[in-house]
Amino acid sequence: MAISRSRVHLARRPVALAAIAATALLALSACAPGGNAPVVNDVTVSTELTSEDVVLTIADETGFPLTDELATEFTKQYPNVTFNVTRDTFQNLTAAAPKLLASDTPPDLIRLPTIGDTVKDGLIANLDPWAEAYGWDKWSAAQLAPLRVNEDGVRGSGSLYQLGLGYSVTGIYMNTTLADQLGIDEAPTTIAEFEDNLATAKAAGVLPIMAGDKDGVVNFVVQAAMNQYADPKEMMDWILNVPGATYDTPGNVKGADLVREWADAGYFPSDINAIDYPSFVSRFQAGEGLFTFNGNWAAADTQAKMNGNVDFFLVPTAEEGGDHVAMGAANSFSVAAGSKHLNEIVFFLNWLHTDPTARQIVTDITGAAPGGDPAQEQPSVEPGSLIEKALAMSAVIGAENGQVDFMANATAGIYAGSIIPESQLLVTSQITGQEFVTRVQEFYAQELAG
Amino acid sequence: MKSSIAPRRAAAIAGARRGSLSGWMFVVPALIAYCAFVIYPLILGIQYSFYKWNGVGPSEFVGLKNYIRVFTDPTLLGSIGNAFVLIAFFTLIPVSAGLVLATLIRSMRPGPFSSLSQTILFLPQIIPLAAAGIAWSWMYAQTGAVNQALNAIGLGNLARPWLGDFQTALPAVGLIGSWVLTGLCTVLFLTGIGKIDQSLYEAVRLDGASWWREFITITIPGLRQEIAVLVTITIIAALSSFDIIYTTTLGGPGRSTLVPGISIYRIGFTQSNVGLASAFGIVLMVLVLACVLPIQRLARASSK
Repeated sequence: MAISRSRVHLARRPVALAAIAATALLALSACAPGGNAPVVNDVTVSTELTSEDVVLTIADETGFPLTDELATEFTKQYPNVTFNVTRDTFQNLTAAAPKLLASDTPPDLIRLPTIGDTVKDGLIANLDPWAEAYGWDKWSAAQLAPLRVNEDGVRGSGSLYQLGLGYSVTGIYMNTTLADQLGIDEAPTTIAEFEDNLATAKAAGVLPIMAGDKDGVVNFVVQAAMNQYADPKEMMDWILNVPGATYDTPGNVKGADLVREWADAGYFPSDINAIDYPSFVSRFQAGEGLFTFNGNWAAADTQAKMNGNVDFFLVPTAEEGGDHVAMGAANSFSVAAGSKHLNEIVFFLNWLHTDPTARQIVTDITGAAPGGDPAQEQPSVEPGSLIEKALAMSAVIGAENGQVDFMANATAGIYAGSIIPESQLLVTSQITGQEFVTRVQEFYAQELAG
Repeated sequence: MKSSIAPRRAAAIAGARRGSLSGWMFVVPALIAYCAFVIYPLILGIQYSFYKWNGVGPSEFVGLKNYIRVFTDPTLLGSIGNAFVLIAFFTLIPVSAGLVLATLIRSMRPGPFSSLSQTILFLPQIIPLAAAGIAWSWMYAQTGAVNQALNAIGLGNLARPWLGDFQTALPAVGLIGSWVLTGLCTVLFLTGIGKIDQSLYEAVRLDGASWWREFITITIPGLRQEIAVLVTITIIAALSSFDIIYTTTLGGPGRSTLVPGISIYRIGFTQSNVGLASAFGIVLMVLVLACVLPIQRLARASSK
């Protein structure tokens, strides 16, 4: 009896399982997840600030006090507007941004380094109507281009979806105390001269390049090398996800190979893969390393920590007198499509590009040009300071049309998923420049295909 | 006689029913929480794993495509391989060290020294893993405590950036796991040893058994249940490890310490590929069950 019952039970089991599976599949295909586009508030564009009391919310990354300072100054000028600034680390904020924007109470303004699907999903506001109302066509078109997204979801042209709070430029810092000891009296002007300096330092037992790659920052070096051989337009197209653009170009391979040669020659610290951004910055500032690759955001701090014994210049060109190319980008912010204060937050964005006090705050804090109308008076800077140099570098890059975005901004996942692990192999001489370029391109194609 | 038994039996059945009803009442709050926070997300995860979805916008049904990707992508497979290597450090080392330490502590005279050593061994368990990860990454650095110690004893040529070196990164993070879990194993084994009948030890000692003999014939069989529990939770800790890796190496250098937990987090939250992340999560869950269920069954079989 017992045996036969269990047999029946066994015989029934597959049927039951199949039934469960079938119902589950039906249920699964019946209601697909997602798909509710957020409610877009229908507003009449106005360039007049409201007189009502308004609280604006800003979601920003930790360690960048600019928004706090700007908010304080704005409230001083317009007391009816106050701010609530929340902060999270760059990684957490990037990961959480789409969910924050899709929520019922999105932040009015959010730091958004990669646009990803946010435009396609209708999460961020199209700023075109305000650009027209405020006359932003007088602003630098080259600076605004990477902040645009077209109907196919490709950055670089189309409608304006972001604005920058400060625009960065990158270059090489040189420890002038060590340079004097080594007999290097001026900044190199070609890659060949730069390599001579590296060899001189190495021969004298001085670390040639302070860099870290625990969190991928050595890619300032990798991309800087590529920039001198690659077509900036091709690199930019790739970063902007233009269909058909590829990372696998002869110039990129040559740049990556150069970094591999520097790794072979022992120009990087031996523990490079254990050094993160704060460590390499503080070790360079403490006097370790002749050169380091970094951006204008570190200028004021580095000058103060090294008592002025430091120089900052653009990465030298491959050929004498060639056009300079450097990474630089807007510290890009977007307005949430679901914001209840669209006119007010855009008024704030326009204000920080046009108000002289606000422009001075942007330059003082970020070491970067405030953007906006190039005809407007630039903020004052201390003569001979690194910030002054950084602004001059930005001007050169602007004149020579040599600004490219950071390759880490190409897609949301490419930095952590491919560029960091592959560069860790490249700077420890385990893969060639060609392998680096091929692998990054494969990951890129796969991520864009989804 | 018969008539007096029947109502009593009926009452007993009614009582059992009432008992089972009140049993259910006791279980309901936990059951609701379990369904809301475990079963429901699990079903959602299974559902998401069949879609291509960025977490916000519209989704597209893709069938088994995400699962095929999990089993064909060498990066994802590699991270599973690393997790299995971690089992050696999260399970083998702590469980064996815990057994030995517990036996040694038990053989010590009870007093301040034995309770002090228990406390010290258990301390890592109290420290948040994220904080432990950061502290260890300092110790493993080029100028950190580990290399200073090596230099001090004349082994300076072994000094290296432990977490930045392709060969040593995985064992180095694994040892952090061993450090954390050894205390837990020791404490659990100590209570287990306390439950073993002391007369068994006396008997085996009268027979002239050595410490080793005593350990093999009395202690190990007496601790079967504890061993099964600890092997289970430490294997789960190894396969689903995230916090130690995230705070020390982020999966680097290269992909030498990449584990499924980090991959899933990146795919789901950085790359916003919720479907693939869910599929990988489900595969990881099945893997954990496949490793843990046989151990449970073995423990049950041997205790019968």
